[in-house]
Amino acid sequence: MGMVRESQFHVLAVDDSQLDREMIERLLQKSSCQVTTVDSGSKALEFLGLRESNDPNSLETHQEVEINLIITDYCMPGMTGYDLLKKVKESAAFRSIPVVIMSSENVPARISRCLEEGAEEFFLKPVKLADVTKLKPHMMKTKLKKEGEKVAEEENATSKPEESLVVEMILPLNQELELEQQEPMLSSNKRKAMEEVISADRSRPKYNDITTSV
Amino acid sequence: MNTVVAKLQRQFQDYLVSLYQQGFLDNQFTELRKLQDEGTPDFVAEVVSLFFDDCSKLINSMSRSLERPENVDFKQVDSGVHQLKGSSSSVGARRVKNVCISFKECCDVQNREGCLRCLQQVDYEYKMLKTKLQDLFNLEQQIVQAGGAIPQVNIN
Repeated sequence: MGMVRESQFHVLAVDDSQLDREMIERLLQKSSCQVTTVDSGSKALEFLGLRESNDPNSLETHQEVEINLIITDYCMPGMTGYDLLKKVKESAAFRSIPVVIMSSENVPARISRCLEEGAEEFFLKPVKLADVTKLKPHMMKTKLKKEGEKVAEEENATSKPEESLVVEMILPLNQELELEQQEPMLSSNKRKAMEEVISADRSRPKYNDITTSV
Repeated sequence: MNTVVAKLQRQFQDYLVSLYQQGFLDNQFTELRKLQDEGTPDFVAEVVSLFFDDCSKLINSMSRSLERPENVDFKQVDSGVHQLKGSSSSVGARRVKNVCISFKECCDVQNREGCLRCLQQVDYEYKMLKTKLQDLFNLEQQIVQAGGAIPQVNIN
């Protein structure tokens, strides 16, 4: 992957339990990620710049902070992980950030609800190193997208931007297959949502330019 | 010098294995140890210390909620058990976690007597584990002071 810069992935981790925050932080650092932890959904939104807080000392809108993944606990007082997921997916600026939900409870209805809302993965706690390594492809997706845009702007068309388009298409399909294996009764809404995402990407002007000039 | 280190390492290994065999710890403790390295030599001790602080705080607040028979705040107790189950699960404190499972059942049916028994048991188990892990960390310290490395212990 020569076109991806060697900078670290930056993960935003959300959990109301201090112990679990320390655990997830260490897990992610051990996997070479940069980590920011917050103890609530509202602080997560503040950090992303989605909500202005009343506190003048709090973080202002961050446009330079690039978050490659949000990993959040499900059960939190106030805003749950599910609420946070919804807010992120409803935001035009941040909906492309992959979101992963963690929960200590194995509730199938909860899991499918989160996946339908757009969560990439659902991890049962306690989260292990092996789980965290599954996150790399999701984070790579957003990095490739961004790098693809940069390449398109800087160079003439090469085959590489097309490759990133292919990678983007393959990953959602893999996820779809995985989900099918786990949840045979996957709702058509999820599939539809995925297809919409793929076609939306295709119709972006940059990719059209590349395909026509090749 | 080498035999001193080797002896301590052997002691450490045997002690750790016994903690797994006696059910004090489960595989999650192994996962926890994997996260510790030269850059973070106190990680396990810090997390475990956080856990014991949590236990103490939660047990105190649940005890208060269960105090008066005519006015038990089962919601608060349930919340405490949930948190305790979560943290014990995260650090691999198997016995504590198992008591929490029974504890939750008592809470679900609003069985105050059952809750009080579980509370007492959870208190006992966490304090027992605290002593055991303190002994383990002491052995670790002795190994380091003698110039040795902490063994990687594989539990099957």
